[in-house]
Amino acid sequence: MALSGVIAYGTYLPYHRLDRRRIKEVLGAGGGKGTRAVASYDEDTTSMGVEAARLALAGVADRGIVAQLLFASANPAYADKTNATAIHAALSLPSETLALDLTGAVRSGLGALLLAGQSPVPTLAVLSDVRTGLPGGADERDGGDGAAAFLFGNDGHRPVLAEVVATASATEEFLERWRTPGAGASRVWEDRFGEEAYVPLVEAAFADVLKHASIAAGQIDHLVVSGLHARAVKRAVKITGVNADAVADDLVAQVGNSGTAQAGILLADVLDRAEADQYVLVLVLADGVTALLLRTTPALIAGRPSRSTRSQVGAGNSALDYATFLSWRGLLDREPPRRPDPESPASPPALRRLDWKFGFIAARCTQCGTRSLPPDRVCRSCHSIDQTVPEPLADVAGTTATYTVDHLAFTPNPPVLVVVVDYDGGGRLRCQLTDAAPDEVAIGLRVEMTFRRLITTDGVHNYFWKARPVRDEAGVPVVADRRP
Amino acid sequence: MGSHGIRDRVAIVGMGCTDFAEHWDKSTDDLLLESATAASASAGIPINDLDAFWLGTMGSGTSGLTLSRPLRLDCKPVTRLENMCATGSEALRNACYAVASGAYDTAMAIGVEKLKDSGYSGLVGAPIPNAGDDGKNDATAPANFSLLAPAYAERYGVDLEEMKDVLTRIAWKNHYNGARNPRAQFRKEVPLETIRNSPKIAGMLGIFDCSGVSDGSAAAIVVRAKDAYKYTDKPLFVKALSFVAGPATGLSDPEYDFTTFPEVAACAAEAYRQAGIADPRSELALAEVHDCFTPTELVLMEDLGFSARGEAWKDVLSGAFDLDGELPVNPDGGLKAFGHPIGASGLRMMFEAWLQLRGEAPAERALRSVAEGRTMALTHNLGGGPGECVSFAAVVGSERSE
Repeated sequence: MALSGVIAYGTYLPYHRLDRRRIKEVLGAGGGKGTRAVASYDEDTTSMGVEAARLALAGVADRGIVAQLLFASANPAYADKTNATAIHAALSLPSETLALDLTGAVRSGLGALLLAGQSPVPTLAVLSDVRTGLPGGADERDGGDGAAAFLFGNDGHRPVLAEVVATASATEEFLERWRTPGAGASRVWEDRFGEEAYVPLVEAAFADVLKHASIAAGQIDHLVVSGLHARAVKRAVKITGVNADAVADDLVAQVGNSGTAQAGILLADVLDRAEADQYVLVLVLADGVTALLLRTTPALIAGRPSRSTRSQVGAGNSALDYATFLSWRGLLDREPPRRPDPESPASPPALRRLDWKFGFIAARCTQCGTRSLPPDRVCRSCHSIDQTVPEPLADVAGTTATYTVDHLAFTPNPPVLVVVVDYDGGGRLRCQLTDAAPDEVAIGLRVEMTFRRLITTDGVHNYFWKARPVRDEAGVPVVADRRP
Repeated sequence: MGSHGIRDRVAIVGMGCTDFAEHWDKSTDDLLLESATAASASAGIPINDLDAFWLGTMGSGTSGLTLSRPLRLDCKPVTRLENMCATGSEALRNACYAVASGAYDTAMAIGVEKLKDSGYSGLVGAPIPNAGDDGKNDATAPANFSLLAPAYAERYGVDLEEMKDVLTRIAWKNHYNGARNPRAQFRKEVPLETIRNSPKIAGMLGIFDCSGVSDGSAAAIVVRAKDAYKYTDKPLFVKALSFVAGPATGLSDPEYDFTTFPEVAACAAEAYRQAGIADPRSELALAEVHDCFTPTELVLMEDLGFSARGEAWKDVLSGAFDLDGELPVNPDGGLKAFGHPIGASGLRMMFEAWLQLRGEAPAERALRSVAEGRTMALTHNLGGGPGECVSFAAVVGSERSE
């Protein structure tokens, strides 16, 4: 049987960027050059994971082939409760698909890829992280938010884009970076200690993976080294002796280091431009070293996702001010409007409407073809009862019929933008518009749907869908000439 | 099957209305007692001699006890009801039907709302456990109604600056009228520029485009028409009562274009049919309409048949609905200036019809249309928002037709 490997992949980088100069402007120190990606106030590791997985699975006609879903994050939205189940629901995966969390540690990211790559059944690994630290610190500056998703398998029907050639790991217990549950920032030991501690681990894992694959270091076409310890990562690159041309850009200057997700985002970036029959080695430095060696196939060229990682790196908006960034991360409480706290969703109705709430599956009347969002039991056009079939609409775009900018409503990021969306092919929903400035909303604005965390109240995250503008390559919102 | 109406079968013979205000010193009980006492005195019927009661309140109490307890009613039938912002009108409608049916000789419809004890800005609804997945809680009331403005401007080619002038003119007119109403929450004229430049609340709406949040109560006493003159020489005869709850499809049906309330158009057509009105703009002496936000009043002028489609904005600018205009709309200041204590508003509208058609309005807002012989008034009350709403319309007249 042929080797298992990557059969689909995708990344998600949030729209917002923090220009690191903004930090110094406010704090008088810190900051630096470049930008970092910032999860919006309505995003978390779960919602970003959904977005990356949606892109990865966009070309997979039958999502039922996904037998397992592994969600890796050092910053999960819930403890006790599995977060992968929300992703499972948003992707409308079948009930028999196993969904598990590998949460709490950065190391879990490549761990999920290794487990997926070694699994005998098609397995989707979703890596996601929201990184920040205390104001003015290196973690805040160098961190980044993002997600990546990889479907591994070899079912004989879909081509493998990159085969798993070998894996290796070196595990060691030492305090280099840690955080107690609930703490807002990581702690790290003295920089130079960690660097030295990683050296023998890099040497061991690197040697092992080459040995398992029976190749030499010079044969590696693309090297990804990922880790939150920047000095150790640099040192690791040197240790491998791999040609500088083959070392992948870490993208930290543009989007920051997204911790658990970084190895996935960088691997996706390499796959976006690698040629056929090339070796790609991923090393992750976190509580030891883990290694994943892939070899691309000719199928990669036609099997890439519709949005590349680089296109998302370039599509960011760096208008974000530092105070807003702090408030989004819960580090700056701002005066709310004189309104009651928003309601949290109730569990029984959310379960009754799981397919709609998480999967954005509406209904179509079999008698007259009318689409209804949310799904109706009684057709608004022909009044037939319970004559509908599911109508997935998450990937259908729409046009804004009318809109408003609500300065009164409670939101972590005022004002609330509300649009009435008429979907291509029928159906309408009034919902929030996100990743947009108030002056960008207009009648005719083209929008697409994105999975978000609307609000968190009483410890309950309300996940649902919002619209976001469809933007052209210059980032300008697309406005339809006239309503369809 | 059919809707037959109860034209001229019942009459209003007494009314009371409190000031609408931030009544920090008055409770719901105080407000109910005040309007009930005033209505009772107006009709000359002691409260405990009334046969039945309909109490409208959206959130200031539940059950008939909300009225029977403060009034110490002596084992009377009291129905408490709610139909969003049309709650006060719904209380009147049900009281009228009860008397028309012959079940009772006399009935009181009373509405109340105590909004200012919540401590919040604007209206706050009672939460109903939900899945948080239908956008229903995304927008506040002003944001919801503001959806009308860009849609109307787009459909009829009104420049957005001119649209803002139209909305400003509506608020200015209602404040002008409210300045002539001692019961109103806001009793000052407000310059156009102040309205136009007021702080943004939602979309094109500033703070002056929004109705006043206030406390208040209003009450009416209903008897059989043939008994009306026993209580007053100037009764108001109920010509039409119409109410609809829409199918609530506007937020899911792309055919709906946010330039109209189809529910209001249907409700008004039925009211005019019952009352035998062919041209409301020339036949009515006044109209009290649900101007919760300025774009609402604009759109209502078309839905209620006062203006042709796409023409209301011009009629607003030309002053057709001013106090001395062709058809005075909201001569008491409307929700905008009189204030909007939800359960009381529908009956407050009727109170203005009561004053105007009986020639009891203060001289500075007495209507020429009444002096010139028009005898009918319309009250229109809605709840919900664009795309899904309930709508009430009544026509009352000072003369009983043959």
